[in-house]
Amino acid sequence: MTAYLLKRLAIAIATLILASMVVFAVLEVLPGDPARLMLGLNASADQVELLRNQMGLNAPLALRYLHWAGGLLSLDFGRSYTYSVPVIDLVRERLAVSLPLALIALALSTMIAIPVGLFSASRRGRAGDTISMGAAQLGVAVPNFWFALMLIYVFAVWLQLVPAGGFPGWSAGIWPALKSLLLPAVALALPQAAILARVTRSALIEVLNEDYIRTARAKGLPYRAVLWRHALRNAMIPVLTILGLQFAFLLAGTIIIENVFYLPGLGRLVFQAITQRDLIVVESVVMLLVAAVIAVNLLVDLSYAVVDPRLRTRQ
Amino acid sequence: MTLHIDIPEETFGTILAKAFRNTAFVAGFVITVLILAMAIVSYAWTPYDVTKLMISDKTQVPSLAHWFGTDHFGRDILSMVMVGARNSIAVALVAVGIGMGVGVPLGAFAAARGGLVDEALMRLNDLVFAFPALLSAIMITAIFGPGAVNAIIAIGIFNIPVFARVARAGALAIWPREFILAARAAGKSSTQISIEHVLPNIATLLLVQGTIQFALGILAEAGLSYLGLGAQPPMPSWGRMLFDAQTRMVVAPWMAIFPGMAIVVTVLGLNLLGDGIADILDPKSRRQR
Amino acid sequence: MSLLDIKNLSLTIDDTPILKGMELSVAPGEVMGLVGESGSGKSMTALTVMQLLPYAARATGRVTFDGIDLLAATEDQMCALRGDDIGMVFQEPMTALNPVKTIGEQVAEGIRWHTKASRAEAEDRARKMLDRVGLPSAKFPMSRYPHELSGGQRQRVVIAIACALKPKLLIADEPTTALDVVLQAQILDLLRDLVAESRMGLLLISHDLAVVTEMADRITILRRGEVMETGDTARTLSEQLHPFTRQLAQASIHVPARSKPHGLETGRSLLQVEGVTRDYAGRRTSLFRRAPDIRAVDQVSLSMAPGQSLALVGRSGCGKSTLARMILALDRPSSGTIRFRGETITGKSEAELKPARRDMQVVFQDPYGSFDPRQKVEKLVAEPLHVLDKKPTRAERREMVAHALHEVGLDQRDMDKYPHEFSGGQRQRLSIARAIITRPKLVVADEPVSALDVSIRAQILDLFAELNQKLGIAYLFITHDLTVARAITDEVLVMHDGKIVERGKTSDVLDHPQSEAAKALVTAAPDLYRAIARRMREQG
Repeated sequence: MTAYLLKRLAIAIATLILASMVVFAVLEVLPGDPARLMLGLNASADQVELLRNQMGLNAPLALRYLHWAGGLLSLDFGRSYTYSVPVIDLVRERLAVSLPLALIALALSTMIAIPVGLFSASRRGRAGDTISMGAAQLGVAVPNFWFALMLIYVFAVWLQLVPAGGFPGWSAGIWPALKSLLLPAVALALPQAAILARVTRSALIEVLNEDYIRTARAKGLPYRAVLWRHALRNAMIPVLTILGLQFAFLLAGTIIIENVFYLPGLGRLVFQAITQRDLIVVESVVMLLVAAVIAVNLLVDLSYAVVDPRLRTRQ
Repeated sequence: MTLHIDIPEETFGTILAKAFRNTAFVAGFVITVLILAMAIVSYAWTPYDVTKLMISDKTQVPSLAHWFGTDHFGRDILSMVMVGARNSIAVALVAVGIGMGVGVPLGAFAAARGGLVDEALMRLNDLVFAFPALLSAIMITAIFGPGAVNAIIAIGIFNIPVFARVARAGALAIWPREFILAARAAGKSSTQISIEHVLPNIATLLLVQGTIQFALGILAEAGLSYLGLGAQPPMPSWGRMLFDAQTRMVVAPWMAIFPGMAIVVTVLGLNLLGDGIADILDPKSRRQR
Repeated sequence: MSLLDIKNLSLTIDDTPILKGMELSVAPGEVMGLVGESGSGKSMTALTVMQLLPYAARATGRVTFDGIDLLAATEDQMCALRGDDIGMVFQEPMTALNPVKTIGEQVAEGIRWHTKASRAEAEDRARKMLDRVGLPSAKFPMSRYPHELSGGQRQRVVIAIACALKPKLLIADEPTTALDVVLQAQILDLLRDLVAESRMGLLLISHDLAVVTEMADRITILRRGEVMETGDTARTLSEQLHPFTRQLAQASIHVPARSKPHGLETGRSLLQVEGVTRDYAGRRTSLFRRAPDIRAVDQVSLSMAPGQSLALVGRSGCGKSTLARMILALDRPSSGTIRFRGETITGKSEAELKPARRDMQVVFQDPYGSFDPRQKVEKLVAEPLHVLDKKPTRAERREMVAHALHEVGLDQRDMDKYPHEFSGGQRQRLSIARAIITRPKLVVADEPVSALDVSIRAQILDLFAELNQKLGIAYLFITHDLTVARAITDEVLVMHDGKIVERGKTSDVLDHPQSEAAKALVTAAPDLYRAIARRMREQG
């Protein structure tokens, strides 16, 4: 068990370090001088030099990397050029939108997908299965931002139940804030739920073909009990894998969805920072998102060990 | 986790016969062919010229003259959807090509060598997987400038680890087979064995993954061009059309509906095709019927 | 009155007939042996009784258990019967247990379900049952997971699950086929005792006539879904009135005719293995610690003369297959040397091995897994020609393949077919054709007939014998089956825990084993005529 955990942890840390090098390097090899890029063509040489010093661009590469990485560790991400505030403040503010959005979407997608997958697998080949898997097939094909537009049209423009976009802030009260996150969360969650439901169903069906399911049936357990007691836990392993991958998709999805709904979240922050060439913000937010993906994947690896006893004793 | 591959033992003829009895395959095949045909026809003919702006015809509701209506510049949406198909298909197809071309040899090599080589390649895979694909695509296109070529590269790079993983998992399931041992006993090198025995046996697996990545590529390209990072105007693209539609949703909802439907139908067609192929070639899925 | 009574049972799956007018009965306390070759419908008979058939199956006729019409029973009625009144043991112990549940949970589950006992009570009963099947809780706590047990131990757990509620009928479908002979004998003993203890009826399904004879009071012989003969075991098999019964019985003790043992007269040696050891790194128990290395093969030395037929026998996991792989240069020894035709082959590169590979070929166990399903026979059989210095032309290659196919009794037109167009026995012929195409001096055969039905196996053994006579090929047979060793080899090596513990002429070793390991193998091995004789004695 500990060997497995330690190995996964070591891999996660190594991946994180490598990822930080990649992010640093990519922005380092940017064509042109970052300071000049950020200041624009009209800036004077003095201004550029000042910013270069401010950004520490005159130091050697390795030192700059260490300085930057050290800053990340102590949550000192530097100052945003366009907003002129510490990046950490920006991130904190935007996280208050993006994190609830991603979590609501993840919860929504899981809560829809797993019951649908179970239902479908237990009714394999019957009408209920065909209908729900047809819907899932359609759901997988829908781009989330288009789905978002359709939702806006129906619920905001036509029925006027929720705002079409924007975010009042948590200070406006829990309910108004939640209300403005509702459509974005649904738009993010449904296509993901469709994928997850399909994976859940096929994982269950795969497991239901195993010999030990026959053994359980031979004990006299009815089909439903076998499904719950024996199949579900074994089918969780592929489901967890997809869940981990989906987290990365959700994070990326927030970039587009936050743009559709004009939500002041991390995704919108990084997108705007890229178009405004605010490299310090870009670096920091990308690192943050990458770290989140790695952390979630580590969590998935650990949950494998909880689900599957073979991982606890074997390598 | 180990992957189990049942190698179907049948000839091309029987597979073909089975394919045409499989609803998912037939539906997916028909849709895909229609979309491809639409893209090809658009080179020779479209109902209207998509580069000509006809402000007098702007935001017309769908009619006999304009089946899908017109946009805010008076361009025919049907014509734009047709031309947009080219771009989506080209980007996704080339991206799949990049992913397969690099990923499959890497995955097969990792499986054949095992040990440290395998470990290193897989860790590299983990690294790429740690970057949410769309985020990185946005970064790449933002740094090197928007455009169809950069969109292809951005999407293609993230197809590489996917194919590497699938190829490796498939190859690892084939390597312990006795026919591989027999080939080794006949003195064949691991490269020869990979090419002669492993790749043909994981080809269907790769084909299925190919259709999935193709579909995901269409979605990713739409996302990028929606953000303004894909093909640049005046070249129409489905994602860009949706961006233009967003602010005009109240007056011209058809501007959003038809390009979106085009994406949905294309992706649906490809997914059905992939499902169909997997269904036909996997004896286990047949047993379930 | 019979406990289980099957009358005129017909079964189709997807409109393919599986059983035709099947008749069978089991009385309380009786052991009924159901024998047949693969595809004869044995397992489907069991699944019909359990009502666990695939969806596409349609059964007609009458199956009564304890007065209940099973074909008409509802699913709820069946659930009440399964595990409580009818228990079932399956063939594959490695996959029959849920990997994420402890063995205690899995045994207790059925008890709780049927008796509504409390958790503690059920666990108590489960503990007693595991103890009864030879897994005492001191050594095998209930919290063990299946992957922590060996195949034989897992089969004991499956038996514990099936017998936990003392069912009236136990169905055992090839319960020992996946186990080696020594484990087989232990599991059969256990089944026999359990059945006697609580007067269970046992329906024992097997392809092995000797196993059934040792166990069954009565026997039913099935062929292609039809009952050929049914009756008292000893009488049916000693009289062999039905031609199919006679065919089966004779095939299972078949010894091919071989005029003279080869090679013993020449002093030259073909293969020399000297002090070969193979260690596998122990698995990592923590980040910095590993379990001690596992020694699969331990200081083995042996030699073979040209044309000699040698058997390497031993229980599963004794290291015989590892040794075979090292001889074939598919694995490297940790220490020691292997010389083939006087040249050292250990530590050589693939290019340097080419001449040796030409003279050394292999036949594997699984006739289905040993061919790439995507290639045609011509390419598959010609594969070893790769090691020739001069690449044959297409025409020469086809000529050589045709010749090899002819030698193994196949038609040369077969070379344009795919492997799936052949039956198991034909595939094993293909496998042999591939092995002899380069005219090797040595063929290593790893359990070459153990996946085949007895009648086919007799033919393949004949083919091996014929090629040995005609081409002077030496054989190294790796097997756990002593009848194979007896049928086809001149000498036997007995391997145990990685070491060779006994060597001698085949008949000497098998009739008068000296070492403990050899004695265990010989006593455990089922023998049809010994079993019939014992039954006759018992019945007077």
